[in-house]
Amino acid sequence: MRGRRALAEIAVPALTLVGALAAWEAATRLFRIPSFVMPAPSAILGEGWEWRYRFIHHTWVTLYETLGGFALSLAVGVPLAVLIVYSPALRRALYPLIVLMQSVPKIAIAPVLLLMLGNGQWPKLVVAFLVAFFPIVVDTATGLASTPPELLDLSRSYRASAFKTFLKVRLPMAMPFVFAGAKVAITLSVIGAVVGEFVGSDEGLGYVILSATSYWKTEVAFSSMILLSLMAIVLFGAVSLVERLACPWLAPAGEE
Amino acid sequence: MIRLDHVEKTYRTRRGDLVHAVEDITLDVADNQFVTLVGASGCGKSTLLKLVAGLTTATRGTVTIDGQAVREPFPDVGFVFQHPVLLPWRSVLDNVLFSVEMLGRDVRQYRKPAGDLLELTGLGGFETKYPRELSGGMQQRVAICRALLPDPSLLLMDEPFGALDAMTREELSLELLRIWEERRKTILFVTHSIPEAILLADRVVVMTPRPGRVARVLDVDLPRPRTMDLEFDPRFKQASDEVRDLIFGGRSAAAR
Repeated sequence: MRGRRALAEIAVPALTLVGALAAWEAATRLFRIPSFVMPAPSAILGEGWEWRYRFIHHTWVTLYETLGGFALSLAVGVPLAVLIVYSPALRRALYPLIVLMQSVPKIAIAPVLLLMLGNGQWPKLVVAFLVAFFPIVVDTATGLASTPPELLDLSRSYRASAFKTFLKVRLPMAMPFVFAGAKVAITLSVIGAVVGEFVGSDEGLGYVILSATSYWKTEVAFSSMILLSLMAIVLFGAVSLVERLACPWLAPAGEE
Repeated sequence: MIRLDHVEKTYRTRRGDLVHAVEDITLDVADNQFVTLVGASGCGKSTLLKLVAGLTTATRGTVTIDGQAVREPFPDVGFVFQHPVLLPWRSVLDNVLFSVEMLGRDVRQYRKPAGDLLELTGLGGFETKYPRELSGGMQQRVAICRALLPDPSLLLMDEPFGALDAMTREELSLELLRIWEERRKTILFVTHSIPEAILLADRVVVMTPRPGRVARVLDVDLPRPRTMDLEFDPRFKQASDEVRDLIFGGRSAAAR
C-alpha cells in the first residue's frame, strides 16, 4: 500500500507535466505559433543543447554570484541577529534601519549599485546579498529569542556565563529558524543575481535571457529560465540536506 | 534551613502597573523536609521559588539559607519545571549531563552517576534516545535526573507534574517520594493539586492570591512511605478539606 502511494505521489505530477508539455508542443504546431512568440518544448531543448558549452559558463557565473550573495547574507545576517537579540539598544537602533532597507525595492537599488561597484560580479553579488539577508536576520533573531525562559533560568541558576549559555543553549535552539531563513534566502539569492545581471552585465543566465530576447531567440531565453529554476531547486535541496545533517534531531515530519 | 522573613516582591508590568507578586511571606523550611506550596493561580508560588533560588531578589524582607542571605543564584539547587525543557539535539544521557556541564564540572566523572539515576527512574536503556522519542512522563523523568545529578541539597519543583495525565502523575509522585527517601534533600514543590500537595508533603503551605500570602502552614503527619491508598485515610480527607477551605473559603470571603 505504502509503495503504491509513493508511486502515485511521483507518477501523478510527472504525468501532469508530460501532458502539459505534449499539449504545449501540439498547440505550437497546430496553430503555427512563431517560435519567437512561443517556442515548442522540443525547440527549447534542441536549442538549449546547441548552447550547452556556453551555458556551462553562464550558469557558473550566476551560481557564483548567487552563492557569494548568500554566503555574505549569512556572514552578516547571523551576527547581526545576535547583536539585536542581546542588546536592546542596538535593536532599537538597527531594526528600523533593517526594515527600511528591506522596504526599498532591490530592482531600484541595482542600477545605483552598478554605478558604485562597476560592471563586475560585485553589484550582482550585493543585490543577491540584499534580498537574502532580511529573512536570515529576522528568522535568526526570532529563533534566538524563542529559547524557553526556563532554560535561561536554569543556566543562570547554574551560574553559567552568557557566552556558554549562547553556545550550548540559545544558538542550537535557534538552528531550525536559521535554516528556515536560509531556505528562503537561497532562492531569493538566485533572483537577486538575475536582477543584478538584468541591469548591466555581459555574462550569466540573466544576461543570456536579455540578449537572447533582443535577438528574437526565445528558445534560448526559455532554456536559460529552466536552468535558473533547476539551480534554485538544487540549491534549496542542498540547504535542506545540510539542515538534515546539522540538525538530525528534527523530526522528518518537520520537513517541507 | 531556608528562612523567608517578611518577604515581599513587587514588580512593574510593561504598562507600568505595580504588581504585588508576594507579600509578607514568613516561612521556615528545615533541612531535608518535603514542603509543598498549594494555591490558586497568581498567588506567587513560582515567584517564591525564584526568590529562594536567587533568580530574583526580594523588594522587602530577606531570604536566608543556613544564615546566609540569598542575593544571587547559587549552584547548590536543582530546578524542575512544568515542562521538561530538554535540549532536543541531545541524547537522554547528554541531557542529564547538561546540569553538571553548565556548572563547569568534569562531565566524564558524572557519566556513571547519570546512568545510575536513569536506572533509578526506570529509564535504563534509553541513554542514547532523543527527547522526541520519549513520552511526556519519561521526558519529565529525564528533567528530574538532570536536576538531581549534581546532587543539590535543595530541589525546587514548579508544578513538575502539571502537564502530565492523571495516571502518569500518580506514578511519578510515588517515584519522586521513593527517590527522596533514598537521597534526602530539601524539596519545595509547587502544585495546583490538593491531593498531590498532601500526599507528598511533610508540610503544606497554603497560599492565597493577589497579593500572594501564606494563609496557613499545615503539618501532615501521615506515615511514610506513602501510597495512593492514603487517599482513603480519614486524616488525609481531613487535611484536604482544610486546605480546600482555606483556598476557596478565602476567595468567597474576598468576593463578598
